[in-house]
Amino acid sequence: MKSLFPSLRATLLLLIVTGFVYPLAVDGAAHLLFPHRADGSLITKNGVVIGSSLIGQPFSKPVYFHPRPSATPDPTGSGSVPYDAAFSSASNLAPSNGAQIKAVTAAAEAYRKENALSPAEPVPVDAVTASGSGLDPDISLANALLQVNRVAGARHLPPARVRSLVMAHVEGPQFGLLGAKHVNVLTLNLALDALRP
Amino acid sequence: MTVLDWMQLILISLLIGGGAPVVGHYLAWVFTGPRIAPERWIHRLIGVDPDKPMDWREYAGALLFSNALFFAAGYSLLWAQGRLPVNPRHIAAMSPEVTFNTAASFVTNTNWQAYVGEAQLSNFSQMVPITFLMFVGANTGMAALVAILRGFARSGTAHVGNYWDDFFRFFVRAFLPACFAMALLLVWQGVPQTLSTTVVAHSLEGGSQTLILGPVASLEAVKNLGTNGGGFYNANGAHPYENPTPLTNTLELLGMLTFTASLPFLFGRLTGRSRQGWALFATIMILYALGLGAVEISEKGPNPLLAPAGIAQTTSPLQDGGNTEGKETRLGITQTSFFSNTTMAATTGAVDAAMDSMNPLALMVYFSHMWLNEEPGGKGVGFAGLLKEAILAIFIAGLMVGRTPEFLGKKLEAREIKLAALSLIVTPFTVLLLTSVGVTASFGTSSMDNPGPHGFEEVLYAYSSGNANNGSAMAGLNASTPFYADSIGIEMLLSRYLPLLPLLAMAGALARKRIHPVTAGTLPTDTPLFVALLVGFMLLVGLLTFFPGLMLGPILEQLSLMKGLSF
Repeated sequence: MKSLFPSLRATLLLLIVTGFVYPLAVDGAAHLLFPHRADGSLITKNGVVIGSSLIGQPFSKPVYFHPRPSATPDPTGSGSVPYDAAFSSASNLAPSNGAQIKAVTAAAEAYRKENALSPAEPVPVDAVTASGSGLDPDISLANALLQVNRVAGARHLPPARVRSLVMAHVEGPQFGLLGAKHVNVLTLNLALDALRP
Repeated sequence: MTVLDWMQLILISLLIGGGAPVVGHYLAWVFTGPRIAPERWIHRLIGVDPDKPMDWREYAGALLFSNALFFAAGYSLLWAQGRLPVNPRHIAAMSPEVTFNTAASFVTNTNWQAYVGEAQLSNFSQMVPITFLMFVGANTGMAALVAILRGFARSGTAHVGNYWDDFFRFFVRAFLPACFAMALLLVWQGVPQTLSTTVVAHSLEGGSQTLILGPVASLEAVKNLGTNGGGFYNANGAHPYENPTPLTNTLELLGMLTFTASLPFLFGRLTGRSRQGWALFATIMILYALGLGAVEISEKGPNPLLAPAGIAQTTSPLQDGGNTEGKETRLGITQTSFFSNTTMAATTGAVDAAMDSMNPLALMVYFSHMWLNEEPGGKGVGFAGLLKEAILAIFIAGLMVGRTPEFLGKKLEAREIKLAALSLIVTPFTVLLLTSVGVTASFGTSSMDNPGPHGFEEVLYAYSSGNANNGSAMAGLNASTPFYADSIGIEMLLSRYLPLLPLLAMAGALARKRIHPVTAGTLPTDTPLFVALLVGFMLLVGLLTFFPGLMLGPILEQLSLMKGLSF
């Protein structure tokens, strides 16, 4: 029992230091140095928050580039509410699960139809699989390029114009070295809107 | 594999290999140098004499007693969540079994999460009880390791150090400052750190999206540096707010190895045998590299079942490809493989992709890492486990050549071998027993999410993860049921403290022994031959016990995929 009081006092001290002093000190320093990042990298337009450059958004209209499928679940039911940022989740489907093979096959058919692709056209794998968070803000360049004709048609823009906009939005690998090449869907769609609102 | 993949592999490997000796030597100063002022203030404040030496029983007693109080504090605060401040969304407390599971999970450095962070925890809970338990859980493991190392370094004494002295030396001089620096690096790259909770965004297509913010960076830093692994969000390191860029992915995986991979060098310094430190580091890195190669090959490979649907799965200049289900585009396969292999090898349990959607070969690697649990393993205790394996390997080698086994000049006798073996059998005992219940009883099988061998893997993974104090999950399994929450909660506590006590007792026994001079009959333990012996021993003993599990799970699933069969 001789360790009772030291242990009690140590618990209290550590609670204060790790639970309050440390996170609040990080908070203070973060807001001093990187306030935009600390607050969630929000994008505002005319004073209204329209999203975060880091978090994917659902897009289904033909005039926009579409993100990857999302498996964020509907908290009240059994279905899925894509890109629900209050409940990040993956599909957790196994590569050997028949339901997964069916879902990918159906998504590939829908993708070909939507973008008027021939049945022989290979579909980029990221376009038909859900991400780990369900909030992936990015798509592959291959996926973006296959959507160019649809978006250009819906906006009555020359495809070359849209294509060059996509190429201007290619990011990564970071420092030319880390991670994979990708296109941020929200910033690309914002740039499209700026091109012709 | 592209040139870029190789460049990333080489760069990160160089950072690991170059950083580990430096941190190891720094830690040697932390634990042997003079005390600095803040440490003296803390000792005065909590009323302990840091110079009073403890034998292994006193050390273990102080450790268990403090951990019981840490657990109680964490549990109470989580239990009271609904009545505490900084909870504008009025999130109620979790169910009693999930609250128990969470407190047990975080105090044992496991960070198994039977809850959805952004939906079930208030920002107060994330900031105070969760962050607190992450710090003290990891810090306890480190203190225990240093006591065990002293058993090898000392002779003719019953004393293994002072628990509070070790605890606060590491906390003040290494852990807390490293976390602060890491947290700011993460914010710079986009990880939020704020006291506000939600922002409602009005999306371009006219809908609304609720963004959950909070003290993410401060939690994220200790999550990786402490090999804790519990995420702020449900998706853990796959969430763009926890891991926004490939650089944060790299920093986070290096964070997991910062203290764990440096421990062989701390050991080398404390025992005065730096060659031995290098030999143990090589053992760790051989197993780590084998795993990394297998995961990379596994996840880059195409899924043959998707070929009929006409899916482009191979890497090209336009896409990274591979098994992208459950993975993030910005990270790509190589960064994800590096992170996943590291989190399993260091038993962190943070994930930057969905483990449940990985290919069977990668899952085989993850299972192996969890069962070995010491390459480098979790904070402190992982390396202690490696020393246990070394002792058993020397014992076997001694039997083969008919000599008294010796390690670092200390004769290994019946007591040490018994204690090491006792510590070794906790893993198969708990994992296999609990898995057999989980896959036969209806309250166990009803939680499975995937059919066929993959469903079996989910249950085996859950108990392997709880046992290894890893904390990652094949998250399709519904682990919030009373059966899983309680059984994994109890398992985490048992597998944290049960193997640790025999190792502390072994350290106590070793500290008393004389150090014998090296003779022609001594088996050298710092040579490539010994490294090969140790790696072989670990693979045989660690994995043979579980081989039937691999057969029923990932091997069966891999063969089915190759045959074109789905479930």
